Amino acid sequence: MAESPQVALKDDSVLVTEAKAGSYAAFDELVNRYEKKIYRLGMNLTGNPEDAEDVLQEAFLKVFVHLPDFREDSRFYTWLVRIAVNEGLMKLRKRRSDKSVPIEDSVDEEGEVMPREFADWKPNPEEQYAQAEIEEILRNAAQSLSPGFRTVFLLRDVDGLSTQETADVLGISEGAVKARLFRARLQVREELSKVFKRG
Amino acid sequence: MTLLNCDDCLEQISNYLDGAIDADLKRTLEEHLGLCRHCKVVFDSTRKTIELYCDGKLFELPIGVRDRLHAALRRCWDEKVK
Repeated sequence: MAESPQVALKDDSVLVTEAKAGSYAAFDELVNRYEKKIYRLGMNLTGNPEDAEDVLQEAFLKVFVHLPDFREDSRFYTWLVRIAVNEGLMKLRKRRSDKSVPIEDSVDEEGEVMPREFADWKPNPEEQYAQAEIEEILRNAAQSLSPGFRTVFLLRDVDGLSTQETADVLGISEGAVKARLFRARLQVREELSKVFKRG
Repeated sequence: MTLLNCDDCLEQISNYLDGAIDADLKRTLEEHLGLCRHCKVVFDSTRKTIELYCDGKLFELPIGVRDRLHAALRRCWDEKVK
């Protein structure tokens, strides 16, 4: 059987260079490459389809405007995610505009984490629910986190950024990323345990 | 042999799952997990939590959203090169 021809994917850095030189095709390829991830990030961060679409559009429009100034100190994707996270957090701030406390002030990395759910989970819970149901369960559990913790959790465990990249995106230390991730994972686990535990 | 208590174990579960602890601590933690049912449940369900989120299936990009994004970007690009 004949194999389909392999098309080598260009590195992001090559596409960035071409886009800076005026290639819309290169810019479009960068958008195609990451639009799903950025939409997912927007949905997970804001929990709202309209806000997620705004995050997606605003992030890529800012990338378009600022691309000539992008010095490539970090990966293109890390830069894009930083812009998208800022857009998402701005959405959340606007939603909470009646409150004067900035979102980041609510982050407490030192507070106690005490698991309360110790029942085993049903095996393969993802196979026991329809896709839409499992999406809603996971979305609600992530939304239970404060924005500071939620952002770290999404970047590390949903988008797969490294601890270093997450720290770079958020402008915090790697230690702070680990501390927030630890607490976020345990809190999300608690929420999911209420649904997935046996009995 | 150094024994971990449950608080120390919980503190390290996240780092363990990221492969970010040294061999000695890893061995001590695994010994604790072998003996402590509560910590083992928390460990197993935390690992499953991460697996559920990283399967990448959540939130497909709707066609209409994608079309509006590309239309907006194309418009901006065309205005720039005018």
